[in-house]
Amino acid sequence: MNVKLWFLVHKWTSIICTAFLLLLCITGLPLIFSEEIEHELGDQVTAPPMPADTPHTSLDRVAEAARAQRPGEHIRFMFWDNDHHPNQVLVLMAESMDAPPDANSGVVVDSRTALVLDEPKLDEGLMYILFKLHVDLFAGLPGMLFLGFMGLLFAVAVISGVVLYTPFMRKLDFGTVRKHRSTRLKWLDLHNLLGVVTLVWALVVGVTGTINTLSQIVLAIWQQDQMAEMTAAYQDLPPPQQIGSVQRAREAALAAVPDMNLSLIAWPGSQFSSPHHYTVFLHGNTPVTSRLLQPALVDAVTGELTDTREMPWYVKTLFLSQPLHFGDYGGMPLKIIWALLDIITIIVLGSGLYLWLGRGSTVSRPVDEIESGGLAEGNIT
Amino acid sequence: MNNTVSSSSQRRSLWQIFRTPFWVGVLSAVGLVSALLGDGWMDAVSWIGLAIPVVLCARYTWGKTDS
Repeated sequence: MNVKLWFLVHKWTSIICTAFLLLLCITGLPLIFSEEIEHELGDQVTAPPMPADTPHTSLDRVAEAARAQRPGEHIRFMFWDNDHHPNQVLVLMAESMDAPPDANSGVVVDSRTALVLDEPKLDEGLMYILFKLHVDLFAGLPGMLFLGFMGLLFAVAVISGVVLYTPFMRKLDFGTVRKHRSTRLKWLDLHNLLGVVTLVWALVVGVTGTINTLSQIVLAIWQQDQMAEMTAAYQDLPPPQQIGSVQRAREAALAAVPDMNLSLIAWPGSQFSSPHHYTVFLHGNTPVTSRLLQPALVDAVTGELTDTREMPWYVKTLFLSQPLHFGDYGGMPLKIIWALLDIITIIVLGSGLYLWLGRGSTVSRPVDEIESGGLAEGNIT
Repeated sequence: MNNTVSSSSQRRSLWQIFRTPFWVGVLSAVGLVSALLGDGWMDAVSWIGLAIPVVLCARYTWGKTDS
């Protein structure tokens, strides 16, 4: 393909995605630090100090405490996060098991005493607004998929930008920034330089972001595929009238998969479970295995393990895309670098917008500009 | 690196153009993966690998590189 065609690809993919990418980069910047910001705002409770060897109480007591706090609601999930919220269980409840996935209320329970610590507001506050703008534009699954498509266009814009970098740099040294010839030439050089050095990071964060927008679809496929296989024997049975102990489910799962820790339990009839099972999701201890959840399906009536398997490749891909998008897997220094790379991407997007707005609608002049390394007529003042 | 334009106006090969971006990309990729695979020094490898593009941006944006 020639330069003109690549230029048109770069121009049009960029024009369509830039406004949304700017929104994603700007809302994403505070989200990198959401853990710290919420801690700072006092939005998170900590469990009171007790001796380190205080045993954890039965999950059945935790469940009772949550039900007593919100009578009439049903438990759908229990979450653990030992790194950030030790000795706590986040219980997500809803008016009915089949309420919309995000119609949850939360109760935080101390996992040692079964005392209710907090009822966090899950759907208000500045961080929630930034999160929703970043994830789905307050438009649910269609909004999520739309942003995923913008991420794909961004990837095409990045790749076509690298192709155009070749003719542009034919006669220039790496790192050339001509600051005093014209404002346009300075920003053209910066756009090329900042874009090419952040290329790999931007592509990875863009593509993993797009993969994350497919999470609901990927998990729905897993339910139809692997989970359906594991629960095939229950397919024609009516849902149980009475379900048994969640503590027994926890013990059965941990006995079946040693050396792993609790991540979440999905209640019978909730998303990520069958009507007959508690699905206990476990995680490992290394940075990689802590992201790769493994489900253990436990019969909710008998408390016996039905099956546990490693997730299929497409769910593993989704799980590993999350840290690579969030930048939350290498401590505070990595978060700061993530933020700086995000700011550089904002500058690349902004300079691209400036170069487009400043050039009018003709194609031949920017193409001449690229082929001559920015020295085409009109740049030299 | 010398950034004068007029003194070196011969065409550069693909490798000359992409030599630095290529190595920056390789180090970024190593940085992206390293902290995922381990803690401690592997986190530090990530910080260094991914700090390189940031440092280069600062160096050429604010450095004395004009012709």
